[in-house]
Amino acid sequence: MQQRAGQRPAAFIATGLPGIGWLLAFFVAPLSIILLYSFGENVSLTQVETTGTLENYRRIFEPEILKLGWRSIRIAFISTLICLVIGFPMALVIATSSQRAKPWLLLLIMLPFWTNLLIRTYALLNILGTRGRLNELLVWLHGGMRQALDIIGLSEAGLLADRFTPITFLGTEGGVIYGIVYVSLPFAILPLYSVLERMDTSLLEASIDLGAGQWTTFRRVLLPLALPGVLTAAVITFIPALGQFLTPDLLGRGQVDMIANVIERQFKRANDWPFGSALSLTLLYVTFLLLTLRAFSDARRARRTENRG
Amino acid sequence: MPGVHVAQKIEADTVRFGLLRRVRYEPFNYSRRWSLRTLFLIATVFLYAPIVVLVIFSFNDSRRGGNVIWKGFTTKYYSKAFQNDELMLAFANSLTIALVTMVLAVILGTLTAVLLWRFRFPFKPLVEGLVSLPIVIPEICMGVSLALFFSSMGWMKTGNLMWPLNLVNITIAHITFCFPFAAMVIRARLDSFNRETEEAARDLGASEWRVLKDILIPHMRPGIIAAALLAFTLSLDDFVITFFTSGPNTVTFPVKIYSMVRFSVTPEINAASTVLILMTLILTWLALRYQRALER
Repeated sequence: MQQRAGQRPAAFIATGLPGIGWLLAFFVAPLSIILLYSFGENVSLTQVETTGTLENYRRIFEPEILKLGWRSIRIAFISTLICLVIGFPMALVIATSSQRAKPWLLLLIMLPFWTNLLIRTYALLNILGTRGRLNELLVWLHGGMRQALDIIGLSEAGLLADRFTPITFLGTEGGVIYGIVYVSLPFAILPLYSVLERMDTSLLEASIDLGAGQWTTFRRVLLPLALPGVLTAAVITFIPALGQFLTPDLLGRGQVDMIANVIERQFKRANDWPFGSALSLTLLYVTFLLLTLRAFSDARRARRTENRG
Repeated sequence: MPGVHVAQKIEADTVRFGLLRRVRYEPFNYSRRWSLRTLFLIATVFLYAPIVVLVIFSFNDSRRGGNVIWKGFTTKYYSKAFQNDELMLAFANSLTIALVTMVLAVILGTLTAVLLWRFRFPFKPLVEGLVSLPIVIPEICMGVSLALFFSSMGWMKTGNLMWPLNLVNITIAHITFCFPFAAMVIRARLDSFNRETEEAARDLGASEWRVLKDILIPHMRPGIIAAALLAFTLSLDDFVITFFTSGPNTVTFPVKIYSMVRFSVTPEINAASTVLILMTLILTWLALRYQRALER
């Protein structure tokens, strides 16, 4: 039972003005400024004039920028996929644990997420170096496998190389994907968990009782029911991954630049604000597009269930 | 049919004694499966190992490339970090910004939450969209737009003001992305409010102010505290937006660490990071204790 604003104008203004005013001044106005700048050109080192030119938008379609955009989408897509594949079973474990264990398992997953993003990315530097901990672990596993082969008498079969060549993670796409998965995994788990937690388990029981196997039940009943959560998790992981600045910057070593790194360069070094503005607006439009698609798919599903009911 | 009965009995015994590993699973018993448990464990190690290694290597007695080879135990990098004036200033800046952001984000967030919860007005979906927008847009877009905004308003010079006034740009930026989160959290809490309490109070002659002070705010309190902690952590955590809105004299902790990492990797960075991780842990623990106390 909500009140109409007109009934209590004083209370309405008192609660509405500060927040909305703040957003208009420090959110809408700044966005309008980059919109203006994106149609502008540099007239001197620090002066930008809005001339209505489309040059900045044309430059986005230059092969170099398109290549970067395509790489950003690829990296974000692969990272999202990995997050979903790892995150889904993890969410499943948490959602089906005992009521007492649940909050603790959730805390276990969320705790690293509350640690500073920069610190987490920095921590990966130590893990991913050619002499880093991950390569050490791989060397150790390699040695163990060789010994195992020795024991069963297959060491001469040439299944494994004599020496382990360290994998280069830093400065490669693989390293950046590792980093993005690392920072966004908890992001992906939460929406998956919340949809699995609310799931009506009697449907699963019905499926088993009617003779479907575990796997069929999982594929044909559980997964379709969890689909809204999977979509939310995908969008919520993909959007920040696409705009990632820190991970490609620190782990990519300038060799795996993504869109955000190009944007940063326009503002901090190249001093090409109009082009940087056009780029960041494009990133913003892609975000809106994804959110709109998400909203549409929600609306369609809602309509379908309505028709059925 | 006795055959079926015997088969069931055998299966029950198998389950009871664990003679065969073919356990019949309940449909929603995934947490009992060893394969999934192992995966969960490996993923947890994946999440924690880098942080644990970082903490261990903050005690490494090696000057350069301190993160590769273990050279012995020392705590000297902690004292070095604490004696690094720039680092300590950045730390103080971060805490000051986070505290101011927390207070203002909670005030703005509470008001906005009450607005959206209580009133019907034209263009309400538009306003709701506006409030949730800062949560969803890419950080870099927000950082860039605020940087341009401050510089075109001629506010970039605030960096030369006296401390802590020189932090005003960063604080404004932080409030802008924190308060919508606060509004969401408090708005969610308001859903469980029983409006009859409010009506009863009004019928008994309570003024608008009394209703707010004695009924609405006490109900919102858990939401407000959760929102405050969230705003504090978000502000302390932010790098990208701060990176664009900070000047050479106004550096926060993450921005300072970033420039140190670019310069060279030393155990000192690990030591400083460990201190921040410890702070996060303490905050989380306090939040949990508070939540427990509420449930009791």
